[in-house]
Amino acid sequence: MSSLDPKATEVVAGVVSRLKDKPGALLPILHAVQDALGYIPPAAVPIIADGLNLSRAEVHGVISFYHYFRDTKPGRHTIHLCRAEACQSMNQKATETHAKQTLGVDYHGTTANGTFTFEPVYCLGNCACSPAMMVDGELYGRVTPQRFDDIVSKWEKQ
Amino acid sequence: MASVTVFVPRDAAALSLGAEEVAQAIAAEADARKIDITIVRNGTRGMVWLEPLVEVALSNGRVGYGPVSASDVRSLFDADFLQGGRHALNVGPVEKIPYFATQQRLTFARVGVTDPVSLEDYIAHDGYQGLMRSLSLGPADIIKEVTDSGLRGRGGAAFPTGIKWKTVADAPADQKYVTCNADEGDSGTFADRMLMEGDPFCLIEGMTIAAIAVGATEGYIYLRCEYPHAHRALNAAIEAAYAEDYLGDNIRGSGKQFSLAVRLGAGAYICGEETSMLESLEGKRGEIRPRPPLPAIKGLFGRPTIVNNVMSLASVPIILQKGGEFHKHFGVGRSRGTLTVQLGGNIKRGGLIEKAFGVTLREILYDYGGGSATGRPIRAVQVGGPLGAYLPESQFDTPLDYEAFANIQAMLGHGGIVAFDDTVDMAQMARYAMEFCAIESCGKCTPCRIGSTRGVEVMDRVISGQNREFHLTLVEELCDTMLNGSLCGLGGLVPYPVQSAMRHFRADFLK
Repeated sequence: MSSLDPKATEVVAGVVSRLKDKPGALLPILHAVQDALGYIPPAAVPIIADGLNLSRAEVHGVISFYHYFRDTKPGRHTIHLCRAEACQSMNQKATETHAKQTLGVDYHGTTANGTFTFEPVYCLGNCACSPAMMVDGELYGRVTPQRFDDIVSKWEKQ
Repeated sequence: MASVTVFVPRDAAALSLGAEEVAQAIAAEADARKIDITIVRNGTRGMVWLEPLVEVALSNGRVGYGPVSASDVRSLFDADFLQGGRHALNVGPVEKIPYFATQQRLTFARVGVTDPVSLEDYIAHDGYQGLMRSLSLGPADIIKEVTDSGLRGRGGAAFPTGIKWKTVADAPADQKYVTCNADEGDSGTFADRMLMEGDPFCLIEGMTIAAIAVGATEGYIYLRCEYPHAHRALNAAIEAAYAEDYLGDNIRGSGKQFSLAVRLGAGAYICGEETSMLESLEGKRGEIRPRPPLPAIKGLFGRPTIVNNVMSLASVPIILQKGGEFHKHFGVGRSRGTLTVQLGGNIKRGGLIEKAFGVTLREILYDYGGGSATGRPIRAVQVGGPLGAYLPESQFDTPLDYEAFANIQAMLGHGGIVAFDDTVDMAQMARYAMEFCAIESCGKCTPCRIGSTRGVEVMDRVISGQNREFHLTLVEELCDTMLNGSLCGLGGLVPYPVQSAMRHFRADFLK
């Protein structure tokens, strides 16, 4: 396990000391770490486990259970493309195929230039204007392949 | 000239279609023309096909324009839309649009009307009247009103809310909790999201009433992390409620105490199952708990806990304001009150329709929905999320009520309806149901964890035409095992979409 740089260590330790006394603190802590660092580095696990008096296995088990938590560094932006039924009914497949081709990655992959990480999601609650997609928390509706390109080119510059 | 009020929704669906750009363009254009306007960022009226729907407040009501894009804004000003001027996008008085006018909005009465994060606006529109009456009624009478109302859990299980509350109220404990299940993961559902973004105080008020009814002092809203807009709206509303003593140590001087916080999920569908949600709130893997004990007896941190869906809790304020009898007056049979139908997928006019139980699927699909978005025939409809049955055209006259759906081996669930046109391949949809279950299974029980993976493999053999009749029988047997052997509703219900697809669309499995 590679070690954390001092700044990241400070972030993780700060989050743990700030949140550890909340009831059921582990999820809020993991969210706060991921919000700050973009992911939960494996080297953060012992610090979190120590702060909550849990075993490292328990913390790792929680991280790996939830799809949203990641233990590798993501791209600069994360694209979540909805795969659920409502989106499928509006030809999500075409957008999905196009997205994979354009980005050159499959689901869970990060583009070679490190700009985008591409993730599937199962419903964004935007089912009356499918297909839906989210980029860094911003929601898009009726995402055709053409619109996908427009959105991606906007985010590429950011 | 007095400032004109213009409404541009802040709802995520409206934003996903460009509402933010529209609001900015309106502000910029008004500025350039030196016109004084007030822009209010309201929730959505639920007519998603008209979003972004811009409304202008006139002396005789609100006139709408939609769907507006930022490039339309200049022409709207040219057409004097601030006075309700004529324009191709003018849809007339918003509340007279048949889609909206024919609804019975109880839970969604304020959504789209008010500024969601303004406590003042909430109170000006009947907000907190239910709580004030509850404070004078006391716990036993609150529970009686909820029981009399006939309210049943809107998350999908339809368990009578009053009975659940009474169980928690009667359970002796030093600490009790009220939790709201806002992990709205079912595809085709967005009512919870629209309510939390469009009227978050309504949910907060409902939870506060629940807390007083059962003697709980702490509450959590378990919100899925896919809903950042709802997260912001809830946090803003909770902060405002604390500032005015609608939450905290002494609610409106009553001596009652209730503290409330939002907790975020992390992308696990199973956490919408109540015991899994409780595990997650405790900071653990979202693996389900065997029942009994019921959460009402032994729930969060082992204490008596109310677990209710957003829609159930948001239905409570109006029940307490107007009385259980008022609510019971709506609906049919044992399904009382209103259902918030969420119409999505391949449909021309998708959105949220709040109607008394008993409206038929056909009315929803055609009178409201206007048929498919692609203009092709609607071939199949999935009701009740990814674990709901697929219904063919011959069942479109089924009324939306819990029992009528149970009678045709389907379920109403959370009221999500997803339409598919005739290009859909139902064998692929059946395969997807198994795949989804495999991805989202918590892994606790074997029928769900292993069965779903085997289900995908067997469906692949069916689709590729290998020894088809044999494999179709195998799918049936697997469904039987999952239905009867799973610990919870994920593995236990995934046979619904699979078997209904096989029953009603057999030809797709034999291609």
